[in-house]
Amino acid sequence: MRAIHAKHRVGRRSLVFPGRPSVLSTFTVAGPMEGQGPLGRAFDTVIPDTFYGERCWEQTESKMLREAIVHCIQAAGAAESDVDVLFTGDLLAQCIAGSYAARDLAVPHFGLYSACASFAEGLIAASAFLEGGFAAHAVVAVSSHHDAAERQFRFPTELGVQRPPTAQWTATLAAAVMLGYPGSPFAGGAGRVRITGATLGEVIDVGVKDPYDMGTAMAPAAVDTLATHFKDFGVPPSYYDVIVTGDLGAVGQRIAADLLESKGLAVKDRFQDCGLLLYDRARQDVHAGGSGAACSAGVFCAHFYRGMMNGSWRRILFAPTGALHSPVSSKQGEAIPAICHAVALEAV
Amino acid sequence: MSSKVPDDAKSRYARDAARYRPRPPYLRNFLAAFFVGGAICAAGQVLHSAFVAQGLDDVEAGARMAAALIAVGALLTGLGVYDSLGRFAGAGSAIPISGFANSIVAPAMEFAREGYVLGMAAQMFVVAGPVIVYGVLAAFLSAAVRYLVLGTGG
Repeated sequence: MRAIHAKHRVGRRSLVFPGRPSVLSTFTVAGPMEGQGPLGRAFDTVIPDTFYGERCWEQTESKMLREAIVHCIQAAGAAESDVDVLFTGDLLAQCIAGSYAARDLAVPHFGLYSACASFAEGLIAASAFLEGGFAAHAVVAVSSHHDAAERQFRFPTELGVQRPPTAQWTATLAAAVMLGYPGSPFAGGAGRVRITGATLGEVIDVGVKDPYDMGTAMAPAAVDTLATHFKDFGVPPSYYDVIVTGDLGAVGQRIAADLLESKGLAVKDRFQDCGLLLYDRARQDVHAGGSGAACSAGVFCAHFYRGMMNGSWRRILFAPTGALHSPVSSKQGEAIPAICHAVALEAV
Repeated sequence: MSSKVPDDAKSRYARDAARYRPRPPYLRNFLAAFFVGGAICAAGQVLHSAFVAQGLDDVEAGARMAAALIAVGALLTGLGVYDSLGRFAGAGSAIPISGFANSIVAPAMEFAREGYVLGMAAQMFVVAGPVIVYGVLAAFLSAAVRYLVLGTGG
């Protein structure tokens, strides 16, 4: 039955996109601290302060997301009316950053939540829409805001608390990508970065309860999805020039690398983490690294997409992870379930 | 229903993952807490002595000293300094009464954006509330024990 009804499916959990949906344009709006990080000059916009003319951080995040979407569409030379579907993801309760950003856009909208894996979830959903013939052009955009996330998940921002070294720093960032088919009238012949396949994540809960140690909670999800990816596609890790996780951080990334190596998957020479690339940990007080829905998306747009466009890398496996707990579930003593979706990209 | 990740695998993972966890810089944290906390307490003692020198009795001087530290803690929170101090000193700046002021002013400032009634006023004690509740309860219980053991009066 599957052969007939799921013809783009391979192995247990993977998808192939034979039409190869491609990235037409990207746009990033970064916070001030991210602007001072190693990728500062690679972001399209860096906002001057964490409020950006708004009266609260939730509205700031929404504004950043809206600007990323609008400028991404403009960068491709398209108009809002050319976008058939918009997928957004953010960390705020009820996903308000995305809904309020889409309020001002005449574009059909889906709000997604996989925490910090939302960008990959959006890329996969948009690719499936394109591949299925339900959209010719789609935009995927995600955002996160450090202060808005702190007050929702942890403590008021002005409270004087000391964080453990495993804690990570939610990035203030918004990033958008526009996807279409090779040969799209937009982006003047860009679209050289193609999405060739994906592996869908399962929710994995290994019993870690400490919300200040999300790298440890998420590492097994990354291992599960990456190992499944290599099995489903029958390729070794060396098939990719880089294997990138989203925000495992210094602790989680080492755990994931060792677990993959112990399964016979040699990833260490090509394993990177967006959370470790976004900040200079020696200079910026971010403990184990960056995190947040837009951490992986911003680093993808500013660093990996550009690197693929200028020939630094040909094939990338992009596998952001998300911690799927809430402040309520944590207080009720629940562990942190995690997910990882993997997206395979190729520059042509 | 059986769990996808069995319990023994979870406990094995917890044990293995613990090896990767960096140790907090305990000595640095202890020293920062000791010196910052000590400095705040010494400042309180200087104020107390100054009030006594002005002719206040011990209890009145103590109350004024506490009010002064609360005011300074609230001011530094409003200026956005106390959270940086707290990140450096941990319990050293959280435990003294100026830290208690920080724990009330920080949510008050932040939740003011959701309105002065349902935001600021309702959320003001979100951090300090448990301290007040269990502080009052502990005071009541110790007073009750004292009453039962020693009887009324002092």
